[in-house]
Amino acid sequence: MTAQENKPVIDEAQIRARQQARAKVLALALGAFVILVFAISIIKMTGKG
Amino acid sequence: MTTATMNPAALTADWRDFVALTKPRVMTLVVFTGLCGLLAAPGHIHPVLAFTAILCIALGAGAAAALNQWVEADSDGLMKRTANRPLPAGRMDRQSALHFGVGLSFFSVILMGLALNWFAAAILGVSILFYVFVYTIWLKPRTAQNIVIGGAAGAFPPVIGWAAVTGDVSALPIALFCLIFFWTPPHFWALALYVRPDYAAAGIPMLPVVAGERETRRQIWGYTAIMAVAAFAPVLLRLTGALYGTVALVATLLFAVLAFRVFSSLELDPAKMKAERALFRYSILYLFILFGAVVFDRWMLA
Repeated sequence: MTAQENKPVIDEAQIRARQQARAKVLALALGAFVILVFAISIIKMTGKG
Repeated sequence: MTTATMNPAALTADWRDFVALTKPRVMTLVVFTGLCGLLAAPGHIHPVLAFTAILCIALGAGAAAALNQWVEADSDGLMKRTANRPLPAGRMDRQSALHFGVGLSFFSVILMGLALNWFAAAILGVSILFYVFVYTIWLKPRTAQNIVIGGAAGAFPPVIGWAAVTGDVSALPIALFCLIFFWTPPHFWALALYVRPDYAAAGIPMLPVVAGERETRRQIWGYTAIMAVAAFAPVLLRLTGALYGTVALVATLLFAVLAFRVFSSLELDPAKMKAERALFRYSILYLFILFGAVVFDRWMLA
């Protein structure tokens, strides 16, 4: 069996649903990163680090 | 409704597959040993910075695991234990895994450098490179001693945790590094004994495949003895106190009993290897117990 044959066939609705889910997870991760960088910056600026 | 036939996995890998690519179960031990290194270190860092350090260690470990699976996608497909991973199962394309692994590597090292210190970041970077290039690409497909030397990659987290707090490395993190380093062979070979057919099918020269089961059992016993010395080193060097010494004595004795059962077993059927499974399971618990004891001991001494 070739690698191409081995790949699961996925319909378009499923592709869109997965892309949306990935976008949401990425947005959450980026949001968390912004909060983390903000917190680190405050700690560094106040000399508590 | 149309059907995507042109490499759909490249576009549609589920976010859970990216999480799976980081080997979250392996990561728990990495995070725990890193956290213990951080907590055992003298000095104090802000909890947010401590969280950031542990996050960087976790992301670095996840990046190394992703790159490991990118390299081993073909051989993973030949082994029952790993055939359902995202790449061999065809749920993700290789380029996505490579980009994810490289991106996460840079992100974790740079964040560690900016938030904590560049010494800890350098050790994190070295540990990722060691795991990918020295262990996965160089040693694993070539020598039966792959996990002996490659075990160093998994031994870095307590050193990184320590360095994140102090900015340097002293005797205790080196002792903890040695403990994980010498713990790795009996831990991994116990697993290799009962998944030997998998490794043989994939052509990976693990010790049971190359040297046979008898020799593997002998070496598990030998490395258990060396590991025991490494487990007592923190007490003997007066880096920890009686609490850790007592816990290490009891836990290591139990490890030795289980390792001796593996050593004296003549079982050849992987499905019936209960002693080997017991040693593998206990070896994980053993590391949790000893590292937990180091932290409690250091806190009591303080």
